[in-house]
Amino acid sequence: MGRDKSISERLWATAIWTAVIVFIVNFMAMAATVVVNSFGTRWLGSWLPAGYTTRWYLSAWDEFQLGDVLITTFEVVGAVVLLSGLFGVPAAYALARRNFPGKQLVILLFLLPLMIPPITFGIPLATVLYQFGAGGTIWGVIIANLVPTVPFVILVMIPFVEQIDPRIEAAARVFGAGTGRLFLHVLVPLLAPGILAALLLVLVRTIAMFELTFFTAGPDSQTLVVALYYAVYAAGVRAGQSIDAMAVIYMITTLVWLLIALRFVDPTQIVTRAKQEAAR
Amino acid sequence: MSIAGRDFRELRLEELSRSFGALNALKGVSLTVKRGEFIALLGPSGCGKSTALNCLAGLLTLTGGSIWLDQTRIDRLKPEERGFGMVFQNYALFPHMSVRRNIGFGLAMQGKSKDEIARKVEEALSIVRLGQHGDKLPGQLSGGQQQRVAIARAIVIEPPLVLMDEPLSNLDAKLRLEMRAEIRRIHDLIGSATIYVTHDQEEALSLADRIVVMRDGTVRQVGTPTELYARPAHADVAEFMGYRNVLSARVLGGSGSEDVQVSVGGAALKGVAIERPDGNAIVAVRPDDLKPANDGPVAATVESAQYHGRDFYCSGRASDGTELYFCSALPVQKGETVRLAADPARVLIYAGAS
Amino acid sequence: MTETTARLPHTREERIPWRVRLALRDIDGVTLLVVPAVLFVIGLFVYPFLYGFVLSFKPRAGDWLANYRKFFSDPFLYDTIYATMRLALPATIINVLISIPVALRVRKMHRRRLLTTILVIPITLGTVLIAEGLLNYLGPQGWLNRTLMLFGVISSPLRLVHNYTGVMLSLILSGFPFTFLLTLSYITGIDTSLEQAAATLGATARARFRYILLPLLAQGLAINFCLSFVQTFSVFPSAVLLGAPAGDTRVISIAAYQAAYEQYDASMAAAIAMIMGFVQLAVVLLALAGRNLFYRGAAGGGKG
Repeated sequence: MGRDKSISERLWATAIWTAVIVFIVNFMAMAATVVVNSFGTRWLGSWLPAGYTTRWYLSAWDEFQLGDVLITTFEVVGAVVLLSGLFGVPAAYALARRNFPGKQLVILLFLLPLMIPPITFGIPLATVLYQFGAGGTIWGVIIANLVPTVPFVILVMIPFVEQIDPRIEAAARVFGAGTGRLFLHVLVPLLAPGILAALLLVLVRTIAMFELTFFTAGPDSQTLVVALYYAVYAAGVRAGQSIDAMAVIYMITTLVWLLIALRFVDPTQIVTRAKQEAAR
Repeated sequence: MSIAGRDFRELRLEELSRSFGALNALKGVSLTVKRGEFIALLGPSGCGKSTALNCLAGLLTLTGGSIWLDQTRIDRLKPEERGFGMVFQNYALFPHMSVRRNIGFGLAMQGKSKDEIARKVEEALSIVRLGQHGDKLPGQLSGGQQQRVAIARAIVIEPPLVLMDEPLSNLDAKLRLEMRAEIRRIHDLIGSATIYVTHDQEEALSLADRIVVMRDGTVRQVGTPTELYARPAHADVAEFMGYRNVLSARVLGGSGSEDVQVSVGGAALKGVAIERPDGNAIVAVRPDDLKPANDGPVAATVESAQYHGRDFYCSGRASDGTELYFCSALPVQKGETVRLAADPARVLIYAGAS
Repeated sequence: MTETTARLPHTREERIPWRVRLALRDIDGVTLLVVPAVLFVIGLFVYPFLYGFVLSFKPRAGDWLANYRKFFSDPFLYDTIYATMRLALPATIINVLISIPVALRVRKMHRRRLLTTILVIPITLGTVLIAEGLLNYLGPQGWLNRTLMLFGVISSPLRLVHNYTGVMLSLILSGFPFTFLLTLSYITGIDTSLEQAAATLGATARARFRYILLPLLAQGLAINFCLSFVQTFSVFPSAVLLGAPAGDTRVISIAAYQAAYEQYDASMAAAIAMIMGFVQLAVVLLALAGRNLFYRGAAGGGKG
């Protein structure tokens, strides 16, 4: 409680900070290895590459058809963000404002896809999608990725809706607004920061979402992270540097969106929002 | 090093200072508390009273000054080493422990035997009159009951000093009055010194042996309730103690300090000089002491009158525009002109801005 | 008699229109907004799950239990449970345990945002990238081994890739930030005045942790453990890329993947997915039951 620390307290504090710093340093070094390698001409048996070049990026672009992959990735991510918003925001509004019978069951229903890991439901989901002919197509990928993101948007948005005083809506109705105008002129503007936050979080999560896309994608509906996996998997055939060039492109894509998201969102919400609802 | 037992002669606070970055919450607060005394730290929000209490408890470090218990310096000790009991504003009862375990927690930390703990907890439960509730969880108790558990928990360790941080502010008005009496009764029973933080001057007046009025991190006045009620040492203290009329005035004359004349509301009033005014003065009068009288010097037009059961608390405007608060036993009409008078002993005069 | 009944007022139920009756139970147009999402989750989560469940009992050959029997009689298959546990349990326990002291220290910080931002990056980058990065970094020629050899800690490179160790390290790297942020949110949810009160009653830092913090954290830590375990148990890309998918780190998700995409046996794949889900559920239930025992012990021990 704020006093001259004893020796053992100081040792303990140092140990903890050392552990944290070791973690962060190792992580950054690992990321740095990838970046450095992607710019290296040759890197065998020395601290740093023999020389530097940017040609790996050009070759990776061709080799892995990164142009197409990036387009696919953004199509998928864009559709997922839009659709999860369209499904999720109204549902969150309903859940926040109405206490209907069976509400607990519905909330449990929305919690399940977030708590059960993608692989466990991903394989049966892929089977079903293939049955219906959506397997291996871009729509299959979009649908699969929507399964955890719709509940995520709902659970993130509920507290935002609850924060809006229901009397504001009552006032709008008293002054003649129907549900449509209510949404358009009152709710969406008030909810805008929350919607933005939720959708940015969905975006960041979907770019990195591996398992679901992996199980449902076909050769021309792969997102960047799946393409990266395949590249690393077949690492013997390709040059390590071009794989790392692809990895760097992936890192930049993810981190750019993360930085944008962080302007609107506290970092912990990426992780804890949905889980806190689960804990309630 | 732990301090237990009630035997100390005095607790000395010497020039306590505490700053938070650029903000000086405490600026050289000094005070001496005798064994068994009930001291109230009174003041508006932000005056530093809670900061002072937390520094006493050891929950905040001092940035200057020292605290002494007789000849022992204690401000370097951790809170767990000081042995003071503390009652928090939000009670801070451990939600996962029963009432008995909450109360016995301090004794368990001291390593007392199970039998002794059980015995003392029973005693404490009966002092606060919660005998039947020993096995309940805090969540199952009402606000007043939780408050009493918090008090029992603080006193059962028989501390030399009990610290209370606005313990009654979360209770409703009726409960507050009941608990006020309880707190004083328990204090008299166990004989520890108590330091009680509040912003409610009524509470302070009714509970304390001595009151310390604070503002902006400094001590403005220390005195008995009577002294503070009748003779506040400064205009701001008077204002805080319920002197609703705090008016600028000019000194008109007078002989000595007992008989000074000031112009108030366009008329002359006699009063007592607490500070030597020099031309400009500040006059403080309680509404209760300003009454309509047939030959009253101050004329005012009534603006509002609120019925308070026995009297009417009214506000009016004097001919020079000064707003006055006074008390009338008989009903008055809005717009009516009244003549007000005050007993000179109750009109306090302070030095004004020069 | 008919006259009197004709003049009796209708019963309450008949008088109130059905729309109002529904609205009294909070069912109206707004409530219907939840229906599309509900239908979506039922159609694309619950249904595939049930479909898979049923499918697992319709194997390509043999009777309805053939898939499960095959799984539990073939060591190549049932050993995957053990291999996955060997990775998931220690990784989760390590992550949760280490997150506690770190979170306790970090909550005293005022400017946490930089730290939490840095820690969110591993989660954002995902397991595939971390696997690729570690392949470089932990390799025999990678910087980690070089640094350790430079300082004389080891004389020849450690084998950290394509084995159990590599996967374990990647699980800690990708899992710790998540566990830590969750623990931090639970710890900051505990009112500081409780610890202050305990301190004034003579409790040392250790006693405060043991009697106040830990019991109040128990529930949050149990949930944290469950969520983290479920994530680590489904490890897949790092087990393949960074581990030894045919040996030490042949995890159950690999078995499921192979059944689905190499043997094209959807039924078997579904069965393996069900087994996987079942094992996860069992561990979660055990953890929650264990927390209940612990909680009652800590809270009820001694007096009261």
